Amino acid sequence: MIGSHRTPLAAVAGLAVASMLLAACSSSTSSSGGKGGALTASAPGITAKTITIGSHQPLTGIAAPGYDEIAPSSNAYFQYVNAHGGIYGRKIVYKYLNDQYNPSITSTVVHQLILQDNVYAIFNGLGTPTHLAVAQFINAEHLPDMFVASGCECWNDPAKYPDTFGWQLDYIREGKILGSYIEQHFKGEKIGFFFQDDEFGQDGVKGLSDEIPKSQIVSEQSYDPTNIKIAPQVAALKASGAKVVVSFSVPAFTALLKLNMLGLKYSPQLVVSDVGSDPITLAGLLASFAKNKTAGFGNSLTQGIITDGYLPSLGDASNSWISLFTKIYDQYLKPKNIPFDGNVLYGLSVGYTFVQAMLKAGRNPTRQDLINAVNSGLPQGVAVAPFAYSSSDHNGITGAYIATIKNGALVADTGVFVTDDSATGAVTTYTTPQPAAPASGIPSP
Amino acid sequence: MATTPAPERPPAGDTVSLPLRAAGSAEGRPRRRPPTLVRHLGVAVLFAVLLMLASAKLSAYRDYQLAELAAFVVAVAGLTVLIGLSGQISIGNGAFMAVGGYTGALLFLHLQWPLVAIVLAATAAAAVSGAVFGFAAARLRGPYLAGATLMLAVALPSLATRFQSVFGGDQGLGFYVNVPGFLGVNFSLSEWQAWFNCGIALIALVLLANLIRSRVGRNWRALRDDEVAASLSGLNVARLQVVAFVVSAACAGAGGVLLAVVDGTVSASVFALGLSIQLLTAAVLGGLGTLTGAVWGSALLVLVPTYLENVAQSHGMTQGTSSSVPIVAYGVVLIAVMLLFPSGIQGGLLRLIALGRRRPARNQQEKGSS
Repeated sequence: MIGSHRTPLAAVAGLAVASMLLAACSSSTSSSGGKGGALTASAPGITAKTITIGSHQPLTGIAAPGYDEIAPSSNAYFQYVNAHGGIYGRKIVYKYLNDQYNPSITSTVVHQLILQDNVYAIFNGLGTPTHLAVAQFINAEHLPDMFVASGCECWNDPAKYPDTFGWQLDYIREGKILGSYIEQHFKGEKIGFFFQDDEFGQDGVKGLSDEIPKSQIVSEQSYDPTNIKIAPQVAALKASGAKVVVSFSVPAFTALLKLNMLGLKYSPQLVVSDVGSDPITLAGLLASFAKNKTAGFGNSLTQGIITDGYLPSLGDASNSWISLFTKIYDQYLKPKNIPFDGNVLYGLSVGYTFVQAMLKAGRNPTRQDLINAVNSGLPQGVAVAPFAYSSSDHNGITGAYIATIKNGALVADTGVFVTDDSATGAVTTYTTPQPAAPASGIPSP
Repeated sequence: MATTPAPERPPAGDTVSLPLRAAGSAEGRPRRRPPTLVRHLGVAVLFAVLLMLASAKLSAYRDYQLAELAAFVVAVAGLTVLIGLSGQISIGNGAFMAVGGYTGALLFLHLQWPLVAIVLAATAAAAVSGAVFGFAAARLRGPYLAGATLMLAVALPSLATRFQSVFGGDQGLGFYVNVPGFLGVNFSLSEWQAWFNCGIALIALVLLANLIRSRVGRNWRALRDDEVAASLSGLNVARLQVVAFVVSAACAGAGGVLLAVVDGTVSASVFALGLSIQLLTAAVLGGLGTLTGAVWGSALLVLVPTYLENVAQSHGMTQGTSSSVPIVAYGVVLIAVMLLFPSGIQGGLLRLIALGRRRPARNQQEKGSS
């Protein structure tokens, strides 16, 4: 016989005890206010010595492969900046927490970052559903919500989310740029779409449909990211006779699409959005899905895929940005056995943009100063096209070039195209050459 | 309660003395005590006051965690009653949480109902779905029932991605509550969330505690211990099983809507299979069939992962490594609790308390016999 069965009392007592434990834990938080010199604790998360920023990232779980390299890469750039004088002498402390790509956990970790860790800003929170769960909270707390890692149009909503900014080329613009290229280079051909059935794929299709004449579109097939059986969709594409298939898919589904096409002996020209076309990630996935360990197997399958890029091509050794990032990669990331792929380039680049914004925000910035700095526009840096940032436009990069995957690397086919996110805005060429990377590797204020 | 078929003991407030323990149901005349409902309500009010005081002391983040904890307590309590008392199993209660969460979010977005009404409606919606599923479940036993509920956990949330125009697909639906006006503009949102969720959780616990001590609860225990015997005693087995399912689904629904209040959103990936498994783990780790166990299990679920990750990080682990620590710890805790306290944390605590009491009790007995 065991002791007491006083269920309700004990249950409620348990709840209360748990809350007391919480109380005991909470006494450890304290804010440090640095003084002295010209550097002040001008905002929460900023001391005389440090700027603490936070993020939610999928470090484990379904979205982790590949994406878990992004935050360490941004951090590598911050470490580089810290080692070269920091931001007006302050060091960046980047605290990124694992949300497993689960919005409920995102909510928990972002509450921790803001309410307990007192971060200055949220930086590059990854994912559309995940970040949507916290965007309203971040804005209610008036934190700069810098450079969300998602191309959703939802971040460009200054009325609803005045403190939130996108960064990467949004999916509508990307769809328009790919669509306009297809319209010119595959005139009169039958075209099929394959897309993820959420805002990512739908925004992309919206952009594509703005540019490609309706009469040419013979099939639109969507997939659910939780269902890997896509054979019916691929069969429908084949039956429609599409000679070009445009895919707005994540890397795993690009690989599945390619393998299913091989299985059906169907070989249209594949056009894949930037998100799903990183050659190194794709080659790895193809080899692992097909259980084929032959060297070069993955690369042989990615050969000839048309895609777009808004950052310089990794294979372009003559590009000053690539050589800068190779240097930083060799120092900070290579020892961790992270491959130098598109995710690493992404993380380094978005880190660079954040440093640009911080330097522009001033010596002792408040949170609003950083938001104002981006609202007044940022100079073009690591991307091939300028930023859209203004007080009425919170989209980031506005253009991209078209490239073909050759031997596992992007080779640019065209110059840079820019466009807007409206249905009628034209796709135009952008001829201003990309500014060279600063010799110091750190943007000038 | 009643993880073991031990005889009922007089509840709180009674003198704990040996004759009562030894005599069991054949005890003498127990001292008059207030009715169960009054006693439970009194205790709940007492702890409501304590929680309110605590939430004012706590930092905003701890308030937030308290609100999250309360949401899980409701869901786990429902599950623990189902498994521990009625003897059925469900690996699908995350799906009922989804029913509650989505019902709440839809009412919040489209009809702007007051929050309390939303919670009631979400609970009712989950109860109805529990009833529908319960009729099917009452025909199934053991692993077959587990399989059927597992299917529910897999299938139901994917409806949200299927019907995007209604449920918002992968992006989900926003559920961003504001602090009600009468508390003033400077009142912290997370403190309000903690108040609201703990309030609902206390109400749910009182209702469940009363139910457990009622005839329904006794019948469930009879059912759990021997279905044939229960049936021969004139109990309607199928109906009791359906009722248990309805209760547990209703609790899950309430937990789901409370979780949505905390998260500020509902989306399909929150209610994935992992959530259902977590609920089951929390119920088992806490101690099946005890409401206190539900609190312990939920605390384990909510507090331990973030705590461990922070500890790991402050001990200089890289962020890549430290994010795996909670997963490892989860496995270790699971194994340790099952080895050391097969009846869960609550069972373990009670055993420790019983051990502590045995010695003085024996002394008393010796004195009495001399």
